[in-house]
Amino acid sequence: MHIHEIYTVHSTYREDMKIRGYTFGQGEKSACIVGPLRGNEIQQMYVCSQLIRALKELEANSCICTGKQIQVIPVVNSYSINVGRRFYGVDNVDLNRAFPGNSYGEQDRRIVHALMEDIGSYVYGIQFASFYMDGEFMPHVRMMETGYQNTSLANLFGLPYVVVHKPAPIDTGTLNYNWQAANTAAFSLFTRTNWEIDERSASQGVAAVLRFLKRMGIIRYDSHSGYISHVLYEQDLSDVHTGRAGIFRGLARPGDDVRYGRPLAEIIDPQEGVVRETIIAPTDGIVFFAHTKALINQGDIVYRLVHRLHE
Amino acid sequence: MIETIASLELPVGEHLAIRRNRLCYKEDTKSLGRVAVVSGTHGDELEGQYICYEVARRIAAHPEYLTGIVDIYPALNPLGVDLASKALPITGMDLNRMFPGSREGNAMEQIAAAVMEDLIGTDLCIDVHSSDIFVQEIPQVRLSGEFAGRMLPFAKLMNVDVIWMNATATVHEATLAHSLNTMGVPTMVVELGQGNSINMPYGNQVVDGIFNVMHEMGIWTGEVPPTQLPAISSDGKVEFIRSDVEGIFLPRNKHNHFVCVGELIGEIVDPMAGQVKRQVAAGKDGLLFTLRNYPVVYEGDLLARILTGIV
Repeated sequence: MHIHEIYTVHSTYREDMKIRGYTFGQGEKSACIVGPLRGNEIQQMYVCSQLIRALKELEANSCICTGKQIQVIPVVNSYSINVGRRFYGVDNVDLNRAFPGNSYGEQDRRIVHALMEDIGSYVYGIQFASFYMDGEFMPHVRMMETGYQNTSLANLFGLPYVVVHKPAPIDTGTLNYNWQAANTAAFSLFTRTNWEIDERSASQGVAAVLRFLKRMGIIRYDSHSGYISHVLYEQDLSDVHTGRAGIFRGLARPGDDVRYGRPLAEIIDPQEGVVRETIIAPTDGIVFFAHTKALINQGDIVYRLVHRLHE
Repeated sequence: MIETIASLELPVGEHLAIRRNRLCYKEDTKSLGRVAVVSGTHGDELEGQYICYEVARRIAAHPEYLTGIVDIYPALNPLGVDLASKALPITGMDLNRMFPGSREGNAMEQIAAAVMEDLIGTDLCIDVHSSDIFVQEIPQVRLSGEFAGRMLPFAKLMNVDVIWMNATATVHEATLAHSLNTMGVPTMVVELGQGNSINMPYGNQVVDGIFNVMHEMGIWTGEVPPTQLPAISSDGKVEFIRSDVEGIFLPRNKHNHFVCVGELIGEIVDPMAGQVKRQVAAGKDGLLFTLRNYPVVYEGDLLARILTGIV
């Protein structure tokens, strides 16, 4: 294992923020795995740390294939993690909307530019990412429909789902989009949580990356074959909105098989305790995403269902 | 008439409501010209509060001169204004990166879509922003190069000091201005002053410009004060001065002031050691139209902008 510094942020009163890359093996820049760009991506950092642990062991046992190099960047935005903030710096910038960056602009642009300079030439790029809405997901691989996406490759992670997402203007600043633009086959991996550690899905995330690396001939490793992924387009998910605001009492969790007309959640009046609204499943399907916070606003998405799919 | 154009229930006894004041004194409104003044997209940019007030006040003082419709939207992000937060307080997202929104999206995307729908049909939209909390700006119109040809005649009437074409992210994709222009609503971004404050002389200058534009459009028949012609600049004529070191920035020059090459603009100091780390000087002759006020700086932070090529 070799550790190198990709970028260093100097501060007047804080210690330097050092972005470090951990590389394994030598040769072709085969695969790069990137952890938290946001300060709430604690689970993502944990997954990357466990990957480094696993790859270190594999390297010690000569299981990195000759002529292949793997890099893991376990954390980018440690300044935000250490102060419990989601975005970077005093101007609260989302680093995952600042790509491709440049070497002469604001600091967030310089950080992501330095990152892209370091990781832009890898064959495969894997980001452990988070969604803009708070909640829990079924573990999945997410890809942008840029014309370069390859769902067959995404299947090789062996996660239950592959989701193809049509990029909106706001997505053009993400790592995934810019990685693809730089000819890296880019995948965003989502496990269940962000702020909290979910051991089960974290292990699933580590196993998915190792499985992919094995299947691409980058490591020698025996692993379970995983799932034959169900590929779906994001616009085909059925979104379930709330009609009222209040305290959210979820009755279904990611992975649950729900039936049309059955209750999915209740919205409770926060002062009188009565049920303001019972949210009903609009279709049969599997819960793909579930809101998990205690409070909910009117009109928010509380569930996303994989329409008419059963376990 | 004050109307609520979008509303969503919050968890405990409150609604997030976007309100619009429609000023019109004609019975038949179908064929009337319509101007919209929009502000408060970023909750820490308060210059628009004064501008909205002053536009409404001047019209109320002389309703006989108003021959069209003026719509005033003082706060697209009312919770942000209440909390001096640039972002949407609930999600931490930047509302000005969420347009055109979506009726099928989460609550704030629905709000963004409702704002767009309400503004469709407007003959001219003026999107008022302050600078952020870090730097102060002279009154300026910012145009994206894509729409500059159509918007320049309007912008020249706005009584601002500078028209900056192809400027910063404030006019780029996913912003209100870009989305409206794409949908055929002529929209320009006005930027002035500094975050979390109101500069009334600057505000009056812009309000004079708004009445000048309305006069030219035939919506306002009252007299308008004499207005000035702006300097017009593209990115190539703007000299950016950024910090190359962390520290505390002390401005040593006046904002909105002509500077010569070599003239001191500010210093970056180390408070612990009592030392000057950098002296920051003008690299070109020109107008110091942006100057940092917020002291703490990192490498890459914007300290000043100089508009060159003017006499």
